[in-house]
Amino acid sequence: MSHSPYLRESRSVRQIMLQVLLALLPGIVAYVWQFGAGVLIQLLLASTAALAAEAAMLRLRRKPLGLYLGDLSAIVTAWLIALSLPPIGPWWMVVLATLCAIVVAKHLYGGLGQNPFNPAMVAFCVMIVAFPAQMSQWPDAGLDFGQQLDLILGGERVLDAITAATPLDALRTGLRAGGAEAHVAEILQGAAFGTVGGRGWEWVVAGFALGGLYLLWQRIISWHLPAAFLLTMALTATLLWGMHPERFASPLLHLATGGTMLAAFFIVTDPVSGSTTPKGKLVFAGGAAFIAYMIRSFGNYPDGIAFAVLLMNICVPLIDMYTQPPVFGHKRGSS
Amino acid sequence: MLQKLFKFHGGVKPDSRKQDSTRQPIRSLPLPSELIVPLHQSIGGTPRPLVRVGDRVLKGERIGAAEGPVSAAVHAPSSGIVRAIEDRTMPHPSGLPASCVVIEADGDDRWFEREPVPWKSMKGDELRDYLRDAGIVGLGGATFPSHVKLRAGAKPTHTLVLNGAECEPFITCDDMLMRERAAEIIRGAGIMAQMLAVERVLIGIEDNKPDALAAMRAAAADGIEVVAIPTLYPAGGEKQLLRVLTGVEVAAGRRPLEFGLQCFNVGTAYRMARAIDHAEPLISRIVTVAGNVEAPANYEVLVGTPIDALLAAGRPRPDTDRVLMGGPMMGFALPTTAAPVVKATNCVLAGSPSLLPPPPPEMACIRCGTCADHCPVDLQPFELYWFGRSHNFGKAQEYHLFDCIECGCCSYVCPSNIPLVDYFRFTKSEIWARERDKTAADLARERFEARNERQEREKRDKAERLAAKAEATRKKLVDTEPVAGAGTASPAEEAKKALIAAALERAKQQKSSVKPRNTDNLSADKQAEIDEIEARRARAGGRTVEPPENS
Repeated sequence: MSHSPYLRESRSVRQIMLQVLLALLPGIVAYVWQFGAGVLIQLLLASTAALAAEAAMLRLRRKPLGLYLGDLSAIVTAWLIALSLPPIGPWWMVVLATLCAIVVAKHLYGGLGQNPFNPAMVAFCVMIVAFPAQMSQWPDAGLDFGQQLDLILGGERVLDAITAATPLDALRTGLRAGGAEAHVAEILQGAAFGTVGGRGWEWVVAGFALGGLYLLWQRIISWHLPAAFLLTMALTATLLWGMHPERFASPLLHLATGGTMLAAFFIVTDPVSGSTTPKGKLVFAGGAAFIAYMIRSFGNYPDGIAFAVLLMNICVPLIDMYTQPPVFGHKRGSS
Repeated sequence: MLQKLFKFHGGVKPDSRKQDSTRQPIRSLPLPSELIVPLHQSIGGTPRPLVRVGDRVLKGERIGAAEGPVSAAVHAPSSGIVRAIEDRTMPHPSGLPASCVVIEADGDDRWFEREPVPWKSMKGDELRDYLRDAGIVGLGGATFPSHVKLRAGAKPTHTLVLNGAECEPFITCDDMLMRERAAEIIRGAGIMAQMLAVERVLIGIEDNKPDALAAMRAAAADGIEVVAIPTLYPAGGEKQLLRVLTGVEVAAGRRPLEFGLQCFNVGTAYRMARAIDHAEPLISRIVTVAGNVEAPANYEVLVGTPIDALLAAGRPRPDTDRVLMGGPMMGFALPTTAAPVVKATNCVLAGSPSLLPPPPPEMACIRCGTCADHCPVDLQPFELYWFGRSHNFGKAQEYHLFDCIECGCCSYVCPSNIPLVDYFRFTKSEIWARERDKTAADLARERFEARNERQEREKRDKAERLAAKAEATRKKLVDTEPVAGAGTASPAEEAKKALIAAALERAKQQKSSVKPRNTDNLSADKQAEIDEIEARRARAGGRTVEPPENS
C-alpha cells in the first residue's frame, strides 16, 4: 500500500535530461556552422558508445535496463564529452573517453546519482593526460566535412595543413614565444582571434549561453552556479588584466573562449557531483572558475576547467556540510 | 489597512480540485442505526467511560470523561442504548482497534437537558473545564484539546489567528462552513479572544476561496481582520500560517503561545460558539466527501457515523480502489470503511487509479535539490534521504529530520519519484525504536548497577558488623581476664591469644556435642554380621568396588 502524498507532479529525470540536450542545440548548430559537421560524427560516436556502455553496465549490475537507459543521462554525458574534445580527433578517442566516463566515473561508483566526480570531466582529464597531442588538434576553419570525416576515421594527419590553434593555445604560445617583449594586444591580432574571443568560437559560446538561459528559465539549473562561475572568472581576470594588461587577457576574452560558457551552464551545473546548498553552489562554482583561470594563466594546460571542476568535486561534501541553510524555526532571532 | 504578509520557503501548487464539492450547501445524513464513538478522540489521555452496556443515553450526554490535564470528553451523538463497549477498528493507518462506545440509535434523536452557559460570569478555569467537558478539540486535524490552548501564557498573548487556509486539494469543509456559518465562527473567535485577552484577531484564508472570504468579511466584528493569503500548499500548516500572517517564525520545539500567538481552526471556533451559546458538545462536524464519487458535497456528520454510510451518500464510482481520510497530500488510506467518523475526520476521499495514480518506479536520487527548493521547513530532504538509507540516524537528526512536518511537497516534486516522506517516516520510527531500546538498556544498566551497589553495601555492612562483634568479644575477654600473663605480652597479643583460646573452646564444645554415628552403638550380633560382610569384601579382592562391566 502506498502512502501520502498520493499526488505527484514532477518533471521526470528523463524530461530534465531531454531539456538539457535541447539546450545544447544552439551551441551545436553554431559549432557546425563555424567548424563543419565533424562534431556531429563525434556526437554520434559518443552517444552510441555511451548507450552501449550504459546498457552493459546496467546488465552487469542487474539493474532495470529500460528504466535507467531511458533516463538520457548517459547521452548528456556523451554530448558534453563530444563537445569538449576536438571535433577532428580520431574516432577511438571519443569512444575511449565516453567509456571512461560511463564505466569508470559513473557505474564503478554506483551509477546514476552516486558519482562524486563529473563523468565528462573525468574523461576529459584522462584524455588530455594520455593523449596531449591529439587533444590539441582543432580543425582549421577551411576544413570540409569529407576531410574531417577522413581524419576522424583514422586518415593521415598532416597537422600544419589541417589544424589551427585554439585561442587560449594561441595566447599561451604567443606569450611564451614572445618572452619579456610579448604583449597580449599584439597576440590578439593573430588569426585565431575574432572580435571578443576566438574567431568562430564567439558564435559557439553565444549558442551555449543561449541554451543556458533556457535552462535557467525552465528552472532546471539555479542561477547560483553560472552566476558564480562567470563572475569569478570575470573578476579574477579583471584584477590581473588591470595590473598587467600586457601579460593577461581581458575578462571578455576569458568569458568568450575555451569552455567557459559550456562549463558555466552545463558542467558545473551537474547536480550529482556538485554542491547542493545555495551558498555551497556559489562556493563550488566560484572555486571552479578561480582554479580554471589560474590553470589557464599560470599552468601548463591551455584550459583548466576540467581539472578545476574535479578539484572542486572533491570539496563538495565539505562545502555542503558548512553551508547548510538554516531550517525553519532554527533561524537567528527566532528563539 | 492592508495586512502586510510574509512568506515561507518553498511550497507547491497542486490543482486544488475544490469546485466539485462546493456546489451544494452543507447537507445532513440520515441518522445511522449504529454509532461507534471511540473514547480516544483527542491528543492526550483516553477518557474513561461513564456508561455501561445497556444504559440509555441521550443526545449530547457525556459518555467518556476527560482523563488527565490534556484530554477532552466524548458524548453520545444521538439518543439510544449502549450496546457494547468494545474494541473497533480506528480510522488510522495502522488499522488497530481501540475502545469504542457502540450506541444503537433509537431514532428519536432526543437531546440531553441543556442549560445555558453563563460563560461571562465563569472564572477562567471553570470555563476551560466546561470546554473540556464539552469535548472541544482542534478540528484542523491534530485534535488537540482546545481548553489547554485557551490559557494565557507567561507572556501576554497579543494575536489570535484563525486558520481558514484549507490548503489541501479536495477538502472544502472549512470553506463551506465559512460560507454558511460565518457569524458563529466570528462569535467563537470573539469568545476565544476574550479568554486569551488578545489585542487582535487575524483570520487567514487562501485566496482561492473568494466566497468564504466575502462571507467572513461581512460577518467580521471590530478587531477581527479577515486576510486573504496566497494559495500555496502548505499555507494551512500552523507555523506556516503564523509566519505568513505575522512574520513570526515559531522556533522548533516551541509553542506559538511563547511568541504571544495562538492559533485555532475556523471549525474549532464554530464549535466553541455552539458549545457556549447552545450548550452543544462536539458531537458532529463538517466532512467533505469528494474524489471518485458521483455526488461530491459536504455533510454535517455525527461523530461515530460509520464512514461507509457517509461514503454511500456521495455515491462512489465502481472503479474506486481505496478510500482516504484527509486529502491526497497528507491523508491516508483507510484500512476499512467500517471505521467511524471521528473529530479529526475532515474529508473522505474516494480514490481511483486515474485520480490518484500509483507512483512511477522509484529511481536513483540525482541530488537535483528540487525537494529542498520546495520544502516549507527549509530542510534538505535529499540529504535526509541519504542519511536514512544509510542508517546514519545521528546525521539525520543533526539535519533536523524531526522538524519535518510530512507535508509531502518533496515527494510531490521529486523527478526520481522517490517516496521521500515514506523514508522520513521510516527513519523517524527507527530512531524512536532505538531511543526506546536505549531507554530500556539504560534502565537495565541502572538496575544492574543498583544491584551491584546494594550487594557491595551489604557485604560492607556485614564486614563492619563482624568487625564490631569481634571487637566487642575481644574487649569482653580482655575485661574478664585482665591479669592472665600480664607483663609478658602486649595487650594486643593478649587479646589475640584470648580470642584463639575462646575459639578453641568453642571448637571443643562443638566436637563434643556432635551426635554419635549409627555404628557406634550396635548389638553384638549386628556387629558380627558387619564383620562377616567386611571379610567377604576383602576376599573379593576389592573387585566389588568396581561395578561389573557391561559386555
